[in-house]
Amino acid sequence: MNARERLIEAAASRVLISDGAFGTQIQERKLTEEDYAGDLGLKADQKGNNDILALTRPDVIADITRAYLDAGSDVVSTNTFSANRISQADYAAEDKVAAINIASGRIARELCDEYEAKDGRPRFIAGAIGPTNKTLSLSPDVEDPGFREIDFDELTAVYKEQAAALIEGGCDFILIETVFDTLNAKAGVMAVKQLEAELGREVPVMISMTLTDLSGRNLSGHTVEAFWYAVRHAKPVTIGLNCSFGADQLRPHVKVLSSLADTLIMAYPNAGLPNELGEYDEMPDTTASLVRQWAEGGQVNILGGCCGSSPAHIKAIAEAVKDLEPRKIPSPETAMRLSGLEAFVVAA
Amino acid sequence: MTEQNSIARFINIGERTNVTGSARFKKLIMADDYATAVEVARQQVENGAQVIDVNMDEGLLDAEKAMTTFLKLIAAEPDIARVPVMIDSSKWSVIEAGLKCVSGKPIVNSISMKEGEEPFLVHARKCMAYGAAVVVMAFDEVGQADTKERKIEICKRAYDLLVAEGFPPEDIIFDPNIFAVATGIEEHDRYGLDFIEAVQEIKAQCPHAKTSGGLSNLSFSFRGNETVRRAMHSVFLYHAIPAGLDMAIVNAGQLDVYDTIDPVLRDACEDVILMRKEGATEALIDLAESYKGKSVADVKAAEEWRGWEVKRRLEHALVKGIDAHVVADTEEARSAIAEAGGRPIEVIEGPLMDGMNVVGDLFGSGKMFLPQVVKSARVMKKAVAHLIPYIEAEKEEGAKAKGTIIMATVKGDVHDIGKNIVGVVLQCNGYEVVDMGVMVPWQDILKSAQDNDADMIGLSGLITPSLDEMVTVAEEMQRAEMTMPLLIGGATTSKVHTALKIDPNYEGPVIHVLDASRAVGVASKLLSDTQRDPYVVEVADEYEHVRDARAGKAEKQLLSLEDARANFYDAYLSDKPAPPAKPGVHVFDDWDLAELREYIDWTPFFRAWELHGNYPAILEDDVVGESARSLKADADAMLDKIVGEKWLTARGVCGFWPCARDGDDITIHDAEGETHTVLPMLRQQIKKSRDRANMCLADFVDPDGDWIGGFAVGIHRIEPHSARFQADKDDYSDILLKALADRFAEAFAERLHQHVRQDLWGYAPGEQLTNKALIKEEYRGIRPAPGYPACPDHSLKPLLFDLLDAESNVGLSLTESFAMWPTAAVSGFYFGHPESQYFGVAKIGRDQLEDYANRRGVDLATAERWLRPNL
Repeated sequence: MNARERLIEAAASRVLISDGAFGTQIQERKLTEEDYAGDLGLKADQKGNNDILALTRPDVIADITRAYLDAGSDVVSTNTFSANRISQADYAAEDKVAAINIASGRIARELCDEYEAKDGRPRFIAGAIGPTNKTLSLSPDVEDPGFREIDFDELTAVYKEQAAALIEGGCDFILIETVFDTLNAKAGVMAVKQLEAELGREVPVMISMTLTDLSGRNLSGHTVEAFWYAVRHAKPVTIGLNCSFGADQLRPHVKVLSSLADTLIMAYPNAGLPNELGEYDEMPDTTASLVRQWAEGGQVNILGGCCGSSPAHIKAIAEAVKDLEPRKIPSPETAMRLSGLEAFVVAA
Repeated sequence: MTEQNSIARFINIGERTNVTGSARFKKLIMADDYATAVEVARQQVENGAQVIDVNMDEGLLDAEKAMTTFLKLIAAEPDIARVPVMIDSSKWSVIEAGLKCVSGKPIVNSISMKEGEEPFLVHARKCMAYGAAVVVMAFDEVGQADTKERKIEICKRAYDLLVAEGFPPEDIIFDPNIFAVATGIEEHDRYGLDFIEAVQEIKAQCPHAKTSGGLSNLSFSFRGNETVRRAMHSVFLYHAIPAGLDMAIVNAGQLDVYDTIDPVLRDACEDVILMRKEGATEALIDLAESYKGKSVADVKAAEEWRGWEVKRRLEHALVKGIDAHVVADTEEARSAIAEAGGRPIEVIEGPLMDGMNVVGDLFGSGKMFLPQVVKSARVMKKAVAHLIPYIEAEKEEGAKAKGTIIMATVKGDVHDIGKNIVGVVLQCNGYEVVDMGVMVPWQDILKSAQDNDADMIGLSGLITPSLDEMVTVAEEMQRAEMTMPLLIGGATTSKVHTALKIDPNYEGPVIHVLDASRAVGVASKLLSDTQRDPYVVEVADEYEHVRDARAGKAEKQLLSLEDARANFYDAYLSDKPAPPAKPGVHVFDDWDLAELREYIDWTPFFRAWELHGNYPAILEDDVVGESARSLKADADAMLDKIVGEKWLTARGVCGFWPCARDGDDITIHDAEGETHTVLPMLRQQIKKSRDRANMCLADFVDPDGDWIGGFAVGIHRIEPHSARFQADKDDYSDILLKALADRFAEAFAERLHQHVRQDLWGYAPGEQLTNKALIKEEYRGIRPAPGYPACPDHSLKPLLFDLLDAESNVGLSLTESFAMWPTAAVSGFYFGHPESQYFGVAKIGRDQLEDYANRRGVDLATAERWLRPNL
């Protein structure tokens, strides 16, 4: 069985658990510039470049991943949200993109193999690809709405470099996450398709959208339904929502997506809304009781956490949903499903 | 599922953004006038195009560049980009460039087997990789399919190839070619019929596939004769759709309804398209002569309603809020009823109430928005005012109201926009509203309720002390052994506060009404024989539940005051601003309104009208955009008058004083250093995670000497204009004026703060910020207002007003609940430290309450009353 089939099989019997945030876990360790920079000899300061730790402090990344596996994660992601050429340029670390992704994949691979050997439960690695800080659909200049900072082919190449390294490092899936711009996600899908053509095999993708307002749209303006139709051609092994707001506010949108998508649903909200100081203070039990409601409603297959979540949150979630039935994948009727910012379904 | 989704049976694809189909669009693109070209797309969508076709195939254009430029521009327009795009070109390179710019799932138009199977499949695979549906032209190596058999054969062959490749069959659209008919060439006569029959067969042989066609070809031989072309298109679709045609590229604004086409013309078109008769072509050509040059827009639809019968005219005027003819129409209805032996009241009970019911239904179902409802009410009031003398002459009772509601803004509070809106909405729906105005003491409210034999009381308030006053009203109603329902509304009220603090004090029903749109529903349930009891029980249960949930909820952990103080915000005090360039008090008697107008923040203005969204995006909102635009136009027109005719006066005062932090107090030292004003501040006590501070405004002030500022601004002289609107039964204009006065006060505060930073205090002389940046507070320093989260005690206002001598300097006064008069006013303190920031004090402990009472020099009970929202 390939990774896609194994994940679908595992998800058929119970609600699977993914992991939580890396960023806040790294912050808590109060690392210094020396920790970050190591002996790579890069020209810029590295403090804050969390992704580079895979090369300079791999023990920290391994520790965090281990903490999530101990908490009950079936799917762990790589700490590579910003390990792409665009984001790494801020740290003059473009040349390290491939090395970071390969190393991150290997750290996760080694640990997952170890845990799987111990208890026989399959573990999966999602090679995480963030959206970059550039957007294909929006102009950064209000005076010139037709302007774009980057084009489709450039972004596709950036994503492809990262995806290829993640796969080389041993990842099972490419997770295109925190999609605020739907066209960026489509470039990510194109990158994976090009990679598949080169490797001569399937590279399954997971896609996760992030909402920027409570009405349920992302930054490029797509509704959840419109987004699903725009990326469905990727045949993703999971589709879902992450980040955005807390589970409470995300609830109606998970429900909509769950009713539409003929694939697994993976949702990993933030630990509540940030308080007035920008901190996440939702307690693990609170998050767990909120996402448990989704599982009770048969709306999710994989649950995890995003900003502000910790191993304690993941443990509480795993505990809360362990006896619940996973979502059954629906089979919607065949219809032409187009989208602009909103969905447009042509009746059969 | 969301409401915006359309599930369509037949799809209109807009063709006006196609340089080969629209001469005008072509001219705009050639002239590089993309701004106007974008408007063409907008009109298409407004006219009902569910997909827009974009085509830039013109020899003199760089089609790739034109395609990508246009697609990127429309991506920035939410009301255009909401529909899917059809990327239309005969060149694959143009299509692929387009696919790289489209964020949703588009349609590619088109690919075909013209160059053979392999190129066809290469293009199809790319469409799959980009995620697009595709139009396949009935075209093969031999040429374009003209007969029915060729159309079917080519489409079936293409279908089999695509499906074998893994292309989703539901994403295939066949275009079996619509050709011109009635050309005078006999072979062309069957073209229309062949297409319709081929569609039927293709749909049968290719499951899930769709069909489409470009309609304008059909009537090509009648170029210049719009009437005939439109009729042909409508007739063609009338027959092709039942045969299975799913979509067509058409000008969505120019299709006639089949039934409304002149029957002679319709038959002639049908004869041609369906080949029903010999000589059909000649007959249509002859007939077409008589339609030449006639503009279809001859009928001025806009004034058409004036020809309707009077009852319908009244309804139309009410729904559309048009008051131009309402008095004449009301009179016409009245005299007609009088002649028939009826009574004037019947005009109200009949046509007027019918019209208002339509308005109520539309509002209730979310199809109409508040500004329109208030306009409708204005029309209604004018009609009723015309009838009243006749009704009184007859000495008969007015229309039996559904119920009587007492409405008041409670003692100590002067805000009435929300209350007035609710009053208007209730009146529109047939309730009698006794509006007692603002600052109404509980004694008067109870007396009025008894005198008027009211059915319920509605209380309103905006500032936090009003919450306490509402509790008092509830207690007094209980003491008076009243039983009528008490409705609670206004910006600071909430379901939680109502459940926790008001409901337990009154045994009768207490109901929190969230906004004006809920008011009618609540009132009608409370007055219904059957619904009242279950509704009251339901709400009571809900509030019980809120109280239980609250009781069970663990308190957020509070630090002791001592610990909170130890965790103060450690500002870098060396960064404090230099002393003000111009210390002392500055008075501005009449700030230029034209300038303030440029500083208005419009988002809260729309919120006051229950239109939610950010300005300017709200103007283009799918749901409320039209309402918002119309409201904005009315507001702009009134602003022109306010500014041009100087209706209002903006008066303001600000001052700067030397001060020092002393614990959590800020002590102001007057010029001679003899008298001192102590401004006690409150500190956050909720336990913070990580290294966040427990903030207090005093933290931004240097204990070794610093400066603080203060200001108060108000908008005066609104009364005569407000009175004039009220006399004219024009609530809409009255509410609009008050809302604009509020905006002026806020704009004045913004502008004055800027003047302070740049000149008077002068710590940011070179600051250059747009109004948008000002609204986002991108400047240095803050201006927290007493009664708001960083400084929640309203009772600091009298101290501020004394420092500024606000009453004699600029005519601003305070009520006993510390509300400012005139109502449109803003006051606050200026902090200049670069690290100063807004925060919320939130919950404080008993220890701080006692400490604060002591520092403020009041007894514990008074401090408790002032700080209740924070306890």
